[in-house]
Amino acid sequence: MERRVKISYVINLLGVLAVFLLFVLLFESRIFGAATQYIKGICTTACYTIIMVASLNLVVGCMGEFSLGHAGFVSVGAYASAIVSGALTGKGLPDLALFLIALLAGGIAAGITGVLVGIPALRLRGDYLAIVTVAFAEIIRVCFCNFSITGGGKTMSGILKLSDFYWCYWIMAACVAVMYLYIRSRFGRTVKAIREDYIAASAAGINVTYYKVLTFTVAAFFAGVGGGIYAHYMTAMIPTNFNFMYSAELLSEVIIGGIGSLTGSIIGAAFLSSLPEMMRQFSQYRMLAYSVVLIIVMIFKPGGIFGNWEFSLVRILHRAEKKGHEKAEGGVQPWKQLERKSRY
Amino acid sequence: MEAAGKKEPVLKVQNLGIQFGGLKAVDSFNMEIGESELIGLIGPNGAGKTTVFNLITGVYKPTEGSFYLNGHRMNGKKTHQIVDAGIARTFQNIRLFKKMSVIDNVKTAMESKLSYGLFHAVFRTPVYWKEEKALTERAKELLKIVHLSGKEDYEAGNLPYGQQRRLEIARALATDMKLLLLDEPAAGMNPTETEELLEIIHFIRNEFKISVLLIEHDMSLVMKICERILVLDFGTTIAIGTPKEIANDTRVIEAYLGKDDEEVESDAKSE
Repeated sequence: MERRVKISYVINLLGVLAVFLLFVLLFESRIFGAATQYIKGICTTACYTIIMVASLNLVVGCMGEFSLGHAGFVSVGAYASAIVSGALTGKGLPDLALFLIALLAGGIAAGITGVLVGIPALRLRGDYLAIVTVAFAEIIRVCFCNFSITGGGKTMSGILKLSDFYWCYWIMAACVAVMYLYIRSRFGRTVKAIREDYIAASAAGINVTYYKVLTFTVAAFFAGVGGGIYAHYMTAMIPTNFNFMYSAELLSEVIIGGIGSLTGSIIGAAFLSSLPEMMRQFSQYRMLAYSVVLIIVMIFKPGGIFGNWEFSLVRILHRAEKKGHEKAEGGVQPWKQLERKSRY
Repeated sequence: MEAAGKKEPVLKVQNLGIQFGGLKAVDSFNMEIGESELIGLIGPNGAGKTTVFNLITGVYKPTEGSFYLNGHRMNGKKTHQIVDAGIARTFQNIRLFKKMSVIDNVKTAMESKLSYGLFHAVFRTPVYWKEEKALTERAKELLKIVHLSGKEDYEAGNLPYGQQRRLEIARALATDMKLLLLDEPAAGMNPTETEELLEIIHFIRNEFKISVLLIEHDMSLVMKICERILVLDFGTTIAIGTPKEIANDTRVIEAYLGKDDEEVESDAKSE
């Protein structure tokens, strides 16, 4: 069993590497000509959006609670990392080290905020929690509008441009991998149980509040990391960037990608964050077209593009291998097709 | 009430009560459960049986009285603390983690036995693999006890009714409890399933040396397996005794069937 797991890790790593090399090939061969830099930018945007959306999916999909204040954590991470990288510039650190330290600082700041918000807020459930998270994000925004260290409502500019697509790609892959491993361990199992039935979960000896706050904090941490990349990509930001609409956008990306599916979040975030750019040809009807796409997906795929299904390279390879075997043995046995097994 | 031997009772309940507004749902409830004793808790609908369960498992906070598990005072503790101390339960309306696999349902209940932290989980260290492997093996053993071997990867919500009930028992067993509270485990089961359930309850009790408190409406089942029976009506205890004593207790018959002698007779026949 362990051997199989190790092989699957290698396969997944190779998959991630292959996608990376594909991007490198695309950008380095200058296929897009003058647009290369522009497309690279869109891809970086997709990277940090993926981190934010995947982290929100921990709360929405895995824990089953609607958070409408994720932009709050993103902004805490963005400002914290910008302040840290600003303070550390000129200390002789290599760019990558500086970038990673800044992201870590952003993540930790957002994580701490997550604990502080989670402890009182997660006593609530459903609609009530959603409203509290909205209120919390607004509080953060107003604070940032008034603190002098964050520019006090004016644009905070002059942040180092450290977000290179190649780095961001690997940071994104690492973040998503960690979230995936979190879900597939005791923590994810427990949190899913709480989502299914919190009364039964506590009767099974689970400290419901602890695990909810923990997951909320992990999600906030990664939102902060995403925010850090955002800050070092945009190089200038204003608190009003992180308003309610931004939270709603992240949430809609989770829902479009598929609630509870991290691979769905990746596709949803990459798709929706590049969609407005792809629709530039419609000029002023851009946002209209964007909304129409949302509506169409929701009508034809109410559970999101992926539902709660995870894309798995290993499973596809395994299936292909099995099919090869079955062909040799003479067809699939019908009862094997009938067997319905759990996806979890 | 006769104490169970010289030993300290597993569960000791003293004058436990709860009031919802002006209604006394349970009033001065007393009970002692000895080691590996099987006690039935019966009473008409709305008598407060499930409320007693909710009090003992910490879902409700008692407004009066106290209860002790192996001599440790338990009231005021949270549900998960009480479960860790050794009281596990099943629910009247099945509460499984429906969209999770059968084995994950059981594993979830063993959460507190795991010690690996975030670091081990994220880096998949040998500690992680060792603990998860042990967990899987233990979960499989428990599923075998409730006759659910081979169903490990099924979605719990897709199991037939009787099997869901048994899975709930396996999940309760996984918490390593000393006292098991079963809330109408045979409800909605056919006679064969009930028979199988009886076997399982007997087996669990002998194998794990645990005490069982059972709420049940199926009188033949209660009479058959319980050593003592406690009858509740309108939140107060009206009788405690062996099945035989209970069957002949006038107050119990009154509570269940009303006072009119003729009605008692006709209803007894239809039962």
